[in-house]
Amino acid sequence: MKLDLVIKELHRSENELAHVLLRLSERHKTDHETYHVARDLVRWCHDHVRELARIGEDYGLKLDAEPAGESTVAERVREKAAEWLGRRKEPGLLLLADLRHLYRVASGVSLDWELLAQAAQGARRKELLELAERCHPQTLRQVRWANARLKESATQALVS
Amino acid sequence: MPRVDRIAEPWGTRTPYGAGDEWPVRVDRFLQEGVREEDVERWAQSASILHSNGDALDIAVSDGRIVGVRGRAADRVNRGRLGPKDLYGWQANHSPDRLTRPLVRENGRLVEADWDTAMERVAGRAKELLDEQGPSALAFYTTGQLFLEEYYTLGLIAHGGIGTNHVDGNTRLCTATAAAALKESFGSDGQPGSYADVDHADVIALYGHNVAETQTVLWARILDRLAGPNPPALICVDPRETPAARAATVHLANRPGTNVALMNGLLHEIIANGWIDEDYLRDHVVGFEELRERVADCPAEEAARICDVPVGRLREAARLIGTADRLLSTVLQGFYQSHQATAASVQVNNVHLVRGMLGRPGCGVLQMNGQPTAQNTRECGADGDLPGFRNWSNDAHVAELARIWNVDQLAIPHYSPPTHAMQMFRYIEEGSIRFLYVSGTNPAVSMPELHRIRSILAQERLFLVVQDIFLSETAELADVVLPAATWGEKTGTFTNADRTVHLSEKAVDPPGEARPDLDIFLDFARRLDLRDKDGAPLVKWSDPEGAFEGWKECSRGRPCDYSGLSYEKLRGGSGVQWPCDDAHPDGTERLYADGAFWSAPEVCEDYGRDLVTGAPLSPTEYKALNPDGKAVAKAAEYIPPHEPPDDEFPFALTTGRTLYHFHTRTKTARAPQLQRAAPEVWVEMSAADAERLGFAEGDLLEVATRRGGVQARLRVGGIRDGVVFLPFHYGYWDRPDAYDPEKGPDKGMGRAANEATVTDWDPVSKQPLFKTAAARVSLVERGRGLPAPAPTTTASRPAGPEGAVPATSGGAEAEAEESVAASGGAR
Repeated sequence: MKLDLVIKELHRSENELAHVLLRLSERHKTDHETYHVARDLVRWCHDHVRELARIGEDYGLKLDAEPAGESTVAERVREKAAEWLGRRKEPGLLLLADLRHLYRVASGVSLDWELLAQAAQGARRKELLELAERCHPQTLRQVRWANARLKESATQALVS
Repeated sequence: MPRVDRIAEPWGTRTPYGAGDEWPVRVDRFLQEGVREEDVERWAQSASILHSNGDALDIAVSDGRIVGVRGRAADRVNRGRLGPKDLYGWQANHSPDRLTRPLVRENGRLVEADWDTAMERVAGRAKELLDEQGPSALAFYTTGQLFLEEYYTLGLIAHGGIGTNHVDGNTRLCTATAAAALKESFGSDGQPGSYADVDHADVIALYGHNVAETQTVLWARILDRLAGPNPPALICVDPRETPAARAATVHLANRPGTNVALMNGLLHEIIANGWIDEDYLRDHVVGFEELRERVADCPAEEAARICDVPVGRLREAARLIGTADRLLSTVLQGFYQSHQATAASVQVNNVHLVRGMLGRPGCGVLQMNGQPTAQNTRECGADGDLPGFRNWSNDAHVAELARIWNVDQLAIPHYSPPTHAMQMFRYIEEGSIRFLYVSGTNPAVSMPELHRIRSILAQERLFLVVQDIFLSETAELADVVLPAATWGEKTGTFTNADRTVHLSEKAVDPPGEARPDLDIFLDFARRLDLRDKDGAPLVKWSDPEGAFEGWKECSRGRPCDYSGLSYEKLRGGSGVQWPCDDAHPDGTERLYADGAFWSAPEVCEDYGRDLVTGAPLSPTEYKALNPDGKAVAKAAEYIPPHEPPDDEFPFALTTGRTLYHFHTRTKTARAPQLQRAAPEVWVEMSAADAERLGFAEGDLLEVATRRGGVQARLRVGGIRDGVVFLPFHYGYWDRPDAYDPEKGPDKGMGRAANEATVTDWDPVSKQPLFKTAAARVSLVERGRGLPAPAPTTTASRPAGPEGAVPATSGGAEAEAEESVAASGGAR
């Protein structure tokens, strides 16, 4: 049984995704929709981290239920830098690069949830399967958001 | 004929009627001092242009001037009634400070020029940028106050001719969520209900809709029902004690930003009590199971806790809604401009889907509009939609449009939804949009976070064109100012919030060299030499009626079908509701009567979006969700607002309208009766908050957020504790000294509420949020015994004992005539 490995990896990757979303929002504070929605979506990662830590106990894991924190000083510096850069054209390309990265990380998390759901089914772990069924759709929505923002932002950034 | 001061009595004399009866006629009339009925040489048919209700009226003309107005008794919308803005607003047409000549910027200053010079500058810069960067450099930002013919022509020029994706209207600020909510639930835009549903409803629910002030004649209709036999029960969701809240059976003043939680709580109660129409859900709706699951974890207690409303009151509202025989719901800015705007508005549609209450007399949803012709920007493709409610991500729809316009399909940008206004300003900020053509609106006062907007518009690298009737705050920043004709000075049509199309005839000539917006757009197209794919001129018409005929073809077969209408048909009699085609020559009162929707994958205007992230669904996803064209019951989870009050900024700031003004007061401040009724900005706060902080009526306060602030006199009024309200109408054209960049937080202190608002928008409708910002309030100086300059007749009614603040009145100058047919009415 390697269920604990999958849970542990998901706990790590959800924390990473939260970090990527927060970084994205700070670096693109002047792109207001990106800023606000990214922060809304961090909530889902944090919920997942908590749930994974709780269920991890059943598999002998001691995972931190508190989502990995961000240094608020670094956060503010990045937000300020974003404001200064707001009048330049380069942030358009930077946004594309960051959204592309987000898409890849979120897709990775989505795959991890698929692995967990497969394992839970094989091991007949109902509670674990339910967790995957509850959380995975939210990860998929995060993936689709990254994809949609990329599509919407690409043309102006690339043709202007 | 009775004379009534319609400033003091905005809704006029009551004409009570009972359920199912016809609303009695009452004809309102106001003529300029000294003008008698027999002096009027001519009456020109029109409708009101200062709100979205669409009150039909005739313009009185004498000696080449407008001298008054009279309601049209035959019209289905108002049955002769007019609101205060209709009665007095027309006087602005004759203001001495109308723009009468084009202006161009020379050495930093705007100077008069002839039309040829001004238009050559506009077209010249557009051509330069098209050569240098292409269509992505050009953007168009229009309004909710032009005519259908003008929007359609502008949409054709921008989308089909220039090929830019950057076309939107300031209707983004007022009506985008109405459109988005209708698309999500019914697959396409299109108002399901009719104003006549007021005549039949036994329960009317008003969601964030201060109808008494935004649509005064619709409120008069409701008041007449309330005064008659078998009056409807009223439910009002609003943080302020609006006139509707005072008349309500149940008033829910929920915490700002919690509308989704409130709606989920109501839906939970309705579903849990079995007040649902299982047959309707089975036959006509997809998505109900997901909705049921979603609201299962939001019982009344939980919703009441999040919203901070008494749980008993929430349950009572749910019972009234759940047991209504004929339920009418209306929605406006309290939902549209608040956190999770579309998600909340969609839940109102869901109430009607689970109750099976659509398309029958009294059973309707009215997702309202803010501005008079907002409906037409949505239909004609001037506001971030394609014309005729066509789907930008359906290639067949784009191909059809290309065929109608005779252009190559690739010439019409459809790689993503048309750029919304807030994103356009972002592109201007970063420098990739370098030409902005603003028509008939004033973003320098109406957009959120004004210090940012001003700095964006003032950029040297931006070429700004402003087409308007006055030198607005925005026009002052322009490179070229084009003087336009307005309502009463040009002919065209427009459509109100319940799909009623009205013709508005030219009554008088525009002042000086001012020209109709349509003529200016046509001139622009000629100078750019825009052609179709056969080399013929792209725009095939040269007058309003020609544009209307063109639009009829474009709308044929689509939900907003105008093909059965003509100028001739609209002359005389009543306005007509679309769709109006061969099969429905008299128009259509209610949509979705048989549970049939325009939502089949090949028909729908939109495949929908994720209500939290705003990500569009793919065609494949939509086909799987809704293969048979049913309505979609779309669930949404509550998400806390982005800027909740905290220790430093303990108040929730909400902004809004007053009855006596429209938008940034360019017209209403120039009508003396309206201006005197609400002459200056004020701030509202509850009696409990004022007492706690030691403030009194008339004290001068500073209301500041992290963006900026406003100084305003305090009205101690009926508003939820912890919430402050600022009217957004007041800018700087009549008080240029009112902004001080040195004062206030760090971005300056002014008079416009939008100094303080936040740049944040609903990810689905892209409508900016004006109802949730955190603010702090401090005393600047004590009052001098004078009350705040706020009306007492409206939501800003003072909280103290009656008579403590002198009542708002208009005096003899505001006396209008009212004539009630036959049985008469009681005041």
